[in-house]
Amino acid sequence: MKKIVLRYLLPLLLFAVLVGFLARGLSLKPHEIPSPLINKPAPAFSLPLLDAPDQKLSAQDLRGKVWILNVWASWCVACRIEHPLLVEFSKTGTIPMYGLNYKDKRDDAMGWLNKFGNPYTRSLSDTEGLVGIDFGVYGVPETFVIDKAGVIRYKQIGPVTPEVLRDEILPLVRKLGA
Amino acid sequence: MRVVLLPWLLLGLGFFAIGVGAKEATPASDDPALEARVLAIAEELRCLVCQNETIAASHADLAVDLRKQIRQKLKAGQSKQQIVDFMVARYGDFVLYRPPLKADTLLLWIGPFVLLLLATTVLFVNIRRRRREAAADVWSPEQAQRARALLDEGTGNS
Repeated sequence: MKKIVLRYLLPLLLFAVLVGFLARGLSLKPHEIPSPLINKPAPAFSLPLLDAPDQKLSAQDLRGKVWILNVWASWCVACRIEHPLLVEFSKTGTIPMYGLNYKDKRDDAMGWLNKFGNPYTRSLSDTEGLVGIDFGVYGVPETFVIDKAGVIRYKQIGPVTPEVLRDEILPLVRKLGA
Repeated sequence: MRVVLLPWLLLGLGFFAIGVGAKEATPASDDPALEARVLAIAEELRCLVCQNETIAASHADLAVDLRKQIRQKLKAGQSKQQIVDFMVARYGDFVLYRPPLKADTLLLWIGPFVLLLLATTVLFVNIRRRRREAAADVWSPEQAQRARALLDEGTGNS
């Protein structure tokens, strides 16, 4: 009996453990690095508006609102994937969505919005990408949900999909009481 | 693949096509001592776009920006630890090429040694068991006699 356990069941068990690890590995997304900023106050910023560069908007101005920060750029290909969804979402008027125009040229960005539609309440120009670094942005598009106290509650890396919007962002927004 | 990678990939292909080798991070200041310090810190930090490269080696846009940040912060008199903390606050422990030893990285650090210990134990137990079995495996007088009889029979026939 002991021999059977050692010779047959043990390798089988080891194999099962290995399969378990590999199966887990399949469902992991190594390029989605968990952000340490979740449940931390959003970094302070004060950036010029894309459509009115002489005006500035700061994080402080958005206190008391639940809002979405969507990092985008005209050079970002994946932004085009999520863009129609964002435009559609903005029409529902659920919560204000601010765009962080990341490392972009103003003319390119304005042209892009004219061409594909503008879902943003306002867009902020982060020409140098410094605010992007403060938000831990490493791949555009990224989307943050920020609560009334200015705390980051959610981060989506990569394009927002209808599933993410329906199952993650909207329930959270409802919970935060927009 | 991250989206930001694509232009770089194309650029890389372009370099390849015209036979121009890509350069190691071009120093952006004339002060070699400062550049050396920038690179020393950048080598400790992981590029988030191309995850198996350091910020020192990567050509990704973000890596260039982060090197710029390191340079500015060094110029402003910040210490290495302050700069590393700045990065960790934004990108998490992932940004460190050498992960810190804490509760959730414990397995990462001691796992290989646990496996090694386990494997050596199994090996030694096996060796001892085989030795014991070999020692116990002595022929009884009847077995020896039978073997001799068989051998004799063989030589007798030839």
